[in-house]
Amino acid sequence: MKHIINCLVENQPGVLARIVGLISGRGYNIETLNVGPTADPTVSKMTIVVPGDAHVISQVTHQLSKQVDVIEVVNMTNRRHLDRELILLRVASQDHHGRVEVVELASLFNARVVAVQEDSVTVQMVGNQETVADFLRLLKPYEIIDISRSGVIAVGREVIEHERAK
Amino acid sequence: MNDKTADKTTDQAQPQKTGAQCVIDGLVEAGCDVLFGYPGGAVLDIFNALYDAPFQFVLTRHEQGAVHMADGYARATGKPGCCLVTSGPGATNTVTGLATAYMDGIPLVCFTGQVALNMIGNDAFQEADVIGITRPVTKHNFLVRDADELPGIIAKAFYIATTGKPGPVVIDIPKNVQKQKTAAQPPKTVSMRAYHPDMPINPAEIAQFADLINRASRPLLYVGGGAVSGGASDVLSALAHKANIPVCTTLMAMGVFSDNDPLSLRMLGMHGSVAANYAVDHCDLLISVGARFDDRVTGKISAFASKATIVHIDIDRSSIGKSVRTDLGVHGYVKPVLEAVLPFVLAADHAEWIEQVQRWKERFPFTYPEQGDVIMPQFVIEQIDAVSKGQAVITTDVGQHQMWATQFFRYTRPRNFISSGGLGTMGFGLPACIGAQFGRKDELMVCITGDGGIQMNFQELVVAVEHQLPIVVVIINNGFLGMVRQWQELFYGRRYSGVMLSQHERAPNEHIPEAKKYLPDFVMMAEAHGACARRVTKPEEVAPALAEAFASRKTWVIECIVSPDANVYPMIPPGSHVAEMINRTV
Repeated sequence: MKHIINCLVENQPGVLARIVGLISGRGYNIETLNVGPTADPTVSKMTIVVPGDAHVISQVTHQLSKQVDVIEVVNMTNRRHLDRELILLRVASQDHHGRVEVVELASLFNARVVAVQEDSVTVQMVGNQETVADFLRLLKPYEIIDISRSGVIAVGREVIEHERAK
Repeated sequence: MNDKTADKTTDQAQPQKTGAQCVIDGLVEAGCDVLFGYPGGAVLDIFNALYDAPFQFVLTRHEQGAVHMADGYARATGKPGCCLVTSGPGATNTVTGLATAYMDGIPLVCFTGQVALNMIGNDAFQEADVIGITRPVTKHNFLVRDADELPGIIAKAFYIATTGKPGPVVIDIPKNVQKQKTAAQPPKTVSMRAYHPDMPINPAEIAQFADLINRASRPLLYVGGGAVSGGASDVLSALAHKANIPVCTTLMAMGVFSDNDPLSLRMLGMHGSVAANYAVDHCDLLISVGARFDDRVTGKISAFASKATIVHIDIDRSSIGKSVRTDLGVHGYVKPVLEAVLPFVLAADHAEWIEQVQRWKERFPFTYPEQGDVIMPQFVIEQIDAVSKGQAVITTDVGQHQMWATQFFRYTRPRNFISSGGLGTMGFGLPACIGAQFGRKDELMVCITGDGGIQMNFQELVVAVEHQLPIVVVIINNGFLGMVRQWQELFYGRRYSGVMLSQHERAPNEHIPEAKKYLPDFVMMAEAHGACARRVTKPEEVAPALAEAFASRKTWVIECIVSPDANVYPMIPPGSHVAEMINRTV
């Protein structure tokens, strides 16, 4: 199972390398990773998607928590949350017919066509992990020339104790 | 939420000083009384400031020696070890030492020089990405970008190294930062918003823990290095005696519970005592006190303590449940946790269990085959114990002699057995012994080593000689890399590959034209380094040689030519259950 782990860290050079090294050094895989500053410019939020069983995820969260530069680790998968990923993909469209099919599929997923070329359509799609996976599955019959994914980001849907304390 | 740590407490009234001077002042502030190190181009400014420092500086002969000395000092005293090396090769030479300390949770602060900030990434002379290289082998590391940050970083480094699960911290200081002037002062207190080593004890966990102890009929304490670093020796003994709980220890905890105590089962694990391993297999409550269920302890994980409820006390939350299923994890320093549980523990005698354990102890003591004219290695260790009246502080290298040193010397005080447990670093014993001696000047330090391990850091002997340290190096010379040979004998059909030192009958691709006796000649080698030395080849020569060396208060090397084919038993083969134990000497 994939887990979405949100990690608040000191916004300092070297912290990203330490976190990534810690996870990969234990033989665990990172599926997506997103880093950005928070409302407090001295704090960055990292959202890490790690596949693994309960034991692997518990090790990853405990190892992250004990790092000197890690302020807080939350496994979002264990609580009510919203997650989103943005993908940009260029799909080949040999003729008018092919293009219409891709555009139709995109509109079913609330995706936007952001560019049209002679031989391809570029689509921007935002969704949670499940929707993104569905969209990519339905696009399988078409030739995807290029794809860029932002990585998953997530926020909790309920304020938890310590957040209220702030 | 604001970071309360004052990285720069700038006071205009204070005189300006250099980054290099900040390093010396930071060491003084941290209570450093001896610094181990080796100079080079990128630390010239710090060495210049060091010239007037109020603490001792010890020039080693290799940077690896410097880290192991700081490590040995820390293990012997409980205080953080300090070392200083240059950039590039100086810093990369510390990696093995840092990894050794990291695996065993030893507090060190290692200062490394770095090329000037504007040269970093340029492939400058003696440049290496030390922060990147040392990241996985340190608890934390810092690259100092501005001298204003330096006093704060040094204070943080000592705080991180010595709190929580202790560990090594590297401070990488570019040359221009060493020269830079600053008015920054060390902070009054250190607090970091993302690092909170002080764990409040959870009363619910304590209540549950006490209840488990009170309901157990066959409890067992399994004690690790956390009990040493946490200073839990006395409370551990109080708990064991109150409820009559037998105690076994890991390699890292030798002596934290006296081997002479009737409740002691001594070491458990691959080469531990039969009694300790049987007790683990039969107990109904296993209480792990600052131990981490290393694979050399557990063998086959699924069969380890299979009849027991497992309680794990550890300051490192990530250690709890990492290797073995844990029924109750108690997160905290072991000493306050044991102190909290003690009043709730009912006195008990567990008579049947104690009797059972006692029978195992009597039936399966550590033993070895008769020796004729050839010295048995185990006999040498027994003699070190006898001649020093059990008072020697022992350091070791890694392999057979290390295991014999746990089996045939009885440890009665914590911090008297100093050995690389987790990483298993050969070449550790001699420099660690020197570092330990600098920390405890009045005690007798004995480095038990092998003919393999001693050759990895022999150069440091000069340091012992020039400082007139009364350390005694005992080389257990069996002509082999013995532990590897033992595994090849038992598990690889006696195909001895890469384990023979200066001998014939090697594998065809290892052929040497001529085998030489006593190569190297350790006696000549020791004497060339200025030490006293003797080679002993007969059992009756061992005790007199040790007695002379121990009484002399000089640096000694005693080479004991021992039986070449002695093995370490008992042995539970890797990944096996105690039922598969090999015990050839019974």
